[in-house]
Amino acid sequence: MKKRKPLKRPSYLARNALLIIGLLLVGAMSLAAVLAPWIAPYPPSELNVDALLQPPSAQHLMGTDALGRDVFTRVLYGGRVSLWVGFVAVGISSAIGLVLGLVSGYYGKVVDEIIMRGVDVMLCFPSFFLILAVIAFLEPSLMNIMVVIGLTSWMGVARLVRAETLTLRERDFVLAARSAGAGPVRVIFKHILPNALAPVLVSATLGVAGAILVESSLSFLGLGVQPPDASWGNMLTDGKEVLGVAWWLSVFPGLAILFTVLGYNLLGESLRDRLDPRLKQ
Amino acid sequence: MVEIIRRIAIKLLWVGAVFLGITVISFWVIHLAPGSPTDMVTTLNPNADTDARAKFEKLYGLDQPLHVQYGQWLGRLVKFDFGDSISGDRRPVWERIKERLPLTFGMNVASMVLTLLIAVPLGITAAWWRDGIFDKATTVIVFIGFAMPGFWLALLLMLWLGIEWPILPISGLTSLSYGSMTPWEKFIDLARHLALPIFIYTAGSWAGMSRFMRSSMLEVLRQDYIMTARAKGLSSRTVLFKHALRNALMPVITILGLSVPTLIGGSVIIESIFALPGLGQLFYGAVMARDYPLIMGSLVLGAVLTLAGNLLADLGYGMADPRIRMAGRDA
Repeated sequence: MKKRKPLKRPSYLARNALLIIGLLLVGAMSLAAVLAPWIAPYPPSELNVDALLQPPSAQHLMGTDALGRDVFTRVLYGGRVSLWVGFVAVGISSAIGLVLGLVSGYYGKVVDEIIMRGVDVMLCFPSFFLILAVIAFLEPSLMNIMVVIGLTSWMGVARLVRAETLTLRERDFVLAARSAGAGPVRVIFKHILPNALAPVLVSATLGVAGAILVESSLSFLGLGVQPPDASWGNMLTDGKEVLGVAWWLSVFPGLAILFTVLGYNLLGESLRDRLDPRLKQ
Repeated sequence: MVEIIRRIAIKLLWVGAVFLGITVISFWVIHLAPGSPTDMVTTLNPNADTDARAKFEKLYGLDQPLHVQYGQWLGRLVKFDFGDSISGDRRPVWERIKERLPLTFGMNVASMVLTLLIAVPLGITAAWWRDGIFDKATTVIVFIGFAMPGFWLALLLMLWLGIEWPILPISGLTSLSYGSMTPWEKFIDLARHLALPIFIYTAGSWAGMSRFMRSSMLEVLRQDYIMTARAKGLSSRTVLFKHALRNALMPVITILGLSVPTLIGGSVIIESIFALPGLGQLFYGAVMARDYPLIMGSLVLGAVLTLAGNLLADLGYGMADPRIRMAGRDA
């Protein structure tokens, strides 16, 4: 009799490869950013005229730039900027989106109509143009970038939360809370909000990746973090100036962006698969 | 028929309202931001006094209250007059935009076509052999494509194809000898200069689009009518191309229409990297010089293109889906 091979379930690692890679990338990049002052081999803005545009070596793992600054150190410090921008911008946009989505979905009718049409208008904005103009007018600074990115990226969250609220509103436990005399604020924040958080978590994770990309683009254009402070975007601007001479200046900061954004995207996608089976592709 | 006309009318009214909303917000944000265009002419110019500043403000109507300025601006816009730009050569805004439009528009259309040519077959193949080797491989590449910043890819390609192994020009629109070329040589020269920028545009959108095509296809393949088609013995090819593809393409049309704002935003960076005289570069310069009329003109153009994209997406959707074409259902 032919023996059938037992059907083997893929191992835990294989089934969760995306999640694990995402966690590792995000974890490593966050840790490096937080610990930058302790693990960086040099001060971030220390000039060294004896070591201009050195290729990667044992002393300078990722080489040095045109002012003799250590690229590895600056990549670590650039990570702090990205981490800040990602979290603060997403914090702002999630908060706005949550409140508007909850209000829109809970009250419905005219309120809903006004808020959702506002979302439509915001979605039609050539937002990068507007962000660019506002940042340039307000003086480029980390704070301005975080706020402006946050204020222009809440629409997706608002739509998700509204959709979730619409179904939650009709559920028995919400009706029970209302008939027990709970006011709208209590119902919205105590009963509906906790149940509408899952999609927000997913879109926040993906939003961090998006915010980091926008910040690096702005910094690359000279409208973001200003030198001598390091950000991955403005390091690439420096890299562009000496493209033919010092490839390392253009390669390493870009790799840092790539890995970080990849990490948050992988994490967000795997969270989505876990938290919301309906959205599973 | 009446129903269709009514729906189109509502749609157009709505588009008009959104357009007004965008101009109001843009106008206020831009004019309320600290600093003013007069800084360039007066504060930075030691020879100018406060008198000159006031004169300059009066000349461009900047001394009026904001809602009056907006009213005047809107009044001119109705007559398709964007005003004169107040930086650089001070020519009319529309004239300056018009000469930049073909380049940016052309690059975007070319990259859209390329994106579709890459993403649609990729998405279909990945969905048809779901979880196969090809699907897994493209998933990995798509994730990397998502995370790749366009300007970084541009730098790498410039390094590789422009410097290490110089086969493509990395900056500008034409070569120095462009004037003395035959038409054919001119075409080749342009194409060589635009190859990298168009590639970068495409690199920024194929990943999302192919992912979208894949999930849309998977969604369709789950439907009962696909099972019916297979059950009655139709070949895979017929099921795929006759029954599934048409329905799976619809969301893709929508996304294409909705991706216009992203493309417009991308033009600033790509044109700045490759030193191309397009709209993005014009806008960047206008922002730096605080040229209000030129900034407003560019934003209006961006909004019009975005709304047109949305409208086309809606129309395409309506034409592809008989349920929408027939009924008065408003999504």
